[in-house]
Amino acid sequence: MKTVRIGAGAGYSGDRIDPAVELAENGDISYLVFECLAERTIAIAQKARLVDPSAGYDPLLEERMSAVLPACARKGIGIISNMGAANPEAAAAKTRDIARRLGLSGLRIAAITGDDVLDGLRRGQKMFETPEGPLPPPDTWLSANAYLGVAPLLEALASKADIILTGRVADPALFLAPLMHEFGWSLDNWELLGQGTVVGHLLECAGQLTGGYFADPGYKDVPDLDRLGFPIAEVSADGSAIFSKVVGSGGLLNRATCTEQLLYEIQDPSAYYTPDVVADFSGVSIREVGPNRVSVSGGTGRMRPATLKVSVGYRDGFIGEGQISYAGPTAFARAELARDILARRLAHHLITELRFDFIGLNSIHGSQLSSNAPIPYEIRLRAAGRANSLATASWIPREMEALYTNGPAGGGGAAGSTREVISITSALIPREAVTHHVQIMES
Amino acid sequence: MLLQHLAHARTGDKGNIVTISLIAFRNDDFKVLEQHVSSERVAAHFSELIEGPVERYVLPQLGALNFVLHRPKSNSVTRSLALDAHGKCLGSALLSMEI
Repeated sequence: MKTVRIGAGAGYSGDRIDPAVELAENGDISYLVFECLAERTIAIAQKARLVDPSAGYDPLLEERMSAVLPACARKGIGIISNMGAANPEAAAAKTRDIARRLGLSGLRIAAITGDDVLDGLRRGQKMFETPEGPLPPPDTWLSANAYLGVAPLLEALASKADIILTGRVADPALFLAPLMHEFGWSLDNWELLGQGTVVGHLLECAGQLTGGYFADPGYKDVPDLDRLGFPIAEVSADGSAIFSKVVGSGGLLNRATCTEQLLYEIQDPSAYYTPDVVADFSGVSIREVGPNRVSVSGGTGRMRPATLKVSVGYRDGFIGEGQISYAGPTAFARAELARDILARRLAHHLITELRFDFIGLNSIHGSQLSSNAPIPYEIRLRAAGRANSLATASWIPREMEALYTNGPAGGGGAAGSTREVISITSALIPREAVTHHVQIMES
Repeated sequence: MLLQHLAHARTGDKGNIVTISLIAFRNDDFKVLEQHVSSERVAAHFSELIEGPVERYVLPQLGALNFVLHRPKSNSVTRSLALDAHGKCLGSALLSMEI
């Protein structure tokens, strides 16, 4: 019986590259998928493209493609990735050039566009609010990208693309599309699309399925995280799958790692909205069938929604941050004194929101959950604040650094930074308002 | 006892929403989780950090509970002034709950 083996080569833009090479070389896979586009990544890429029109794709694209292309071309492994970010055409052209440089001719590289709906929104495209509320003023918008589904990916696969580069596409669709292509699943077979979405959702964060984001010594031990192996799904025509990783790689794949990842970032497990299906994970069954081998089945789904989610990136002011450390028996008392001095100094500036943390004591969860924490030997004071200009925000690291010579005894290691905030919110638009394009080039 | 001895957890984020799964190490303990870790208790545990009620989804087949928490708008992933802007450490804080 036919099965399709898909590997997950990246779970975010900056992910490790060696596990993807290991999958290409030793994973016996037909597709290698790189999910590299977090919510905010595309807005940051759009900002880069505004400065340089040939930029705006994933910063690690060249390094990643150079590393995996030789093995993928040799073995006929298809590559699918959203590393196109804000500029899939430039990403495809760059990939074509890399392939040529490596002597790999005849590779067909598809660029998928159409997710960028910023112009349409600016021209007053009809849209609906989400629970996040109304959009901010249009003059702050940097990017607006609709979550495309499997349709353009299926088109590219039907055109025999070897490599597909997209911008914003729903993460599970990157995995669901090759399954639909291989097994001939129809666009309205909601049960199969739901189960295929389970497979995609489990794979999309790569190492988070195989023991990453999991280890807790003594409670949940994971071997060899320094050489964590990324996951492979061997999928059958009914959508059920056996998950595994390359034999001998580090990490752990069992019922516990899969259950954590199945529910990761899921709100109602019986209604996970994607552009292609409303997937239902509530009946999923997860069984260990061997060492680092897990069988997953039982996902299903209902008809896809009539609207598409649009992620809007916008300029949202500036954040300044500074830190300084104190040590010894009175470390906390001096850090508190430093905080009081800073609070008075910064009151002279238009900082709209200011927060102080004592790193090592209560910086992560505040006073309530940290109330019984013992006072440690060393404390690092952190101040972070919001302002409407870079200049105002920069008073925070400046005043922090000035504590060296003007603050409590023994302040060390002052550091700070100032940055523009790119925030993300969302809206819904009618499905018909989005038109995708598939462009193919050859190496 | 600490919840950490009975269950493990993973935190996810979307905007100002945080999701925390709570999964029993042993199937027999799932009932204990279901009985003792109510959405109200979770809301009280995190009261300083979240707003409004906590939603809880019960998944017996997976031996898991899934919680959905709402952070203040000013503390969404992209705007947050917090060191852990995503809220990834919140699952560990849930495991520090006494039951």
